Amino acid sequence: MGDVEIGVRGLPIVASRVDVIRGATLVLDALDVTIAPRSRTFILGANGAGKSTLLRVLHGLIEPTRGRVTWGHSATRPRGQAMVFQRPVLLRRSAAANLRHALALGGIRGREAQRRVDHALRSVRLEAMADRPARVLSGGEQQRLALARAWALAPEVLFLDEPTASLDPPSMRAVEAIVNEIQATGTTIVMTTHHLAQAKRLADSIVLLHDGRVAEHTDATVFFREPRSAAGRTFLDGERL
Amino acid sequence: MDTISQSFALALHMVAHLDPRLAAIVGLSLAVSLTSTLCSAVIGLPLGAALAIGRFPGRGPVIVALNAAMGLPPVVVGLVVYLMLSRAGPLGELGLLFTPPAMVIAQTILIIPIIAALTRQTVEDAWTEYREQLQSLDASWLQSTLTLLWDTRWSLLTVLLAGFGRAAAEVGAVIIVGGNIDGVTRVMTTAIALETSKGDLPLALALGVVLITLVMALNVGAHVTRQWARARLG
Repeated sequence: MGDVEIGVRGLPIVASRVDVIRGATLVLDALDVTIAPRSRTFILGANGAGKSTLLRVLHGLIEPTRGRVTWGHSATRPRGQAMVFQRPVLLRRSAAANLRHALALGGIRGREAQRRVDHALRSVRLEAMADRPARVLSGGEQQRLALARAWALAPEVLFLDEPTASLDPPSMRAVEAIVNEIQATGTTIVMTTHHLAQAKRLADSIVLLHDGRVAEHTDATVFFREPRSAAGRTFLDGERL
Repeated sequence: MDTISQSFALALHMVAHLDPRLAAIVGLSLAVSLTSTLCSAVIGLPLGAALAIGRFPGRGPVIVALNAAMGLPPVVVGLVVYLMLSRAGPLGELGLLFTPPAMVIAQTILIIPIIAALTRQTVEDAWTEYREQLQSLDASWLQSTLTLLWDTRWSLLTVLLAGFGRAAAEVGAVIIVGGNIDGVTRVMTTAIALETSKGDLPLALALGVVLITLVMALNVGAHVTRQWARARLG
């Protein structure tokens, strides 16, 4: 966010022995993972491996059934995180008003808010749509607006849950470019995806989930060249088929 | 059949000539029911939203009770308010019995459950969609409530109309606490009841036609507003 300083108070994020139980299903099973400051961590895994659940646990939206999560050694979820969901949830008001609403919740109002709104909308190339109702924008535009909303908050950590899953290739590339730009401002990125190529393009660190556990957590270049775990090899083989 | 055509002619005649007695009755009807709707909204909207978002022990039974209270019999509500406001009652000193404020109190009690229960449903549906996003944005409980109420405002307009419709159409509560005093507490429904018992069916039905037309006009207005908002705001 230009000249807005992004700190690292809520980092690293450390999940220790985290269980999440939904009904009778063990979604996450004694999971350990650490998200390092300024990393671009991608969470990969088959459907049902627990990717979205892990993302929500790390963001503090889901309380683990057992185990604990700390943000910068504190057990309380910090402000300064943002999340972009697979289906953007936009309010029934204009694009700019959606951003102003999010900023107001964070206590940012007035000229500073307006400056951030203008900058964020320009950054995702939606400045012409500022006064359009958010909900009548196209799917790709809505997701860019959701990214702009996150960007305006200048988050320390940005979580993205398959943000391009329902987008066409041009919209997908637009979203990837925006994620890159946000990361360049110092924001830590934690993202899930089904697109292996996307993870290759954007990730510097891979967390592979298998049956609710971390099968491996490796440097991205290493993972795509020679995964360390059997699950990693099987996963890459399966995706290459 | 004669009565019906006669009634329509009479209704048209009264409306066309702006019959002052009719105008007074219609005016009081609107004033009482709109005020009741407003009072119920002030209480019912936050109450419904709180029930939609809040999680507390006994929430289920409260919702069931609220839904059931949508069917409160107006005469019973009227009777209870009558007992409260009568000379010997706890609020007798206020001297409100047989005045328009008494009618507003009775109708407000009658439609709070309608507005609260329907608001609860509307806001809960929106909450299902917005919950994670609002939590992600660190919205407080109050901020979430206000966001949801504002975002469902066009649906809530229909909720308010349902409340107004109930208030404008009921006769049992206002006739007990208002007394149907000519020029003071006579509204459309009590006037219809009176004229019917007097045997002046054309006048009774003519008043009915005016009442239905008014309620229809308000609903059409709200419907058009809502359609417009849908198309514009998604």
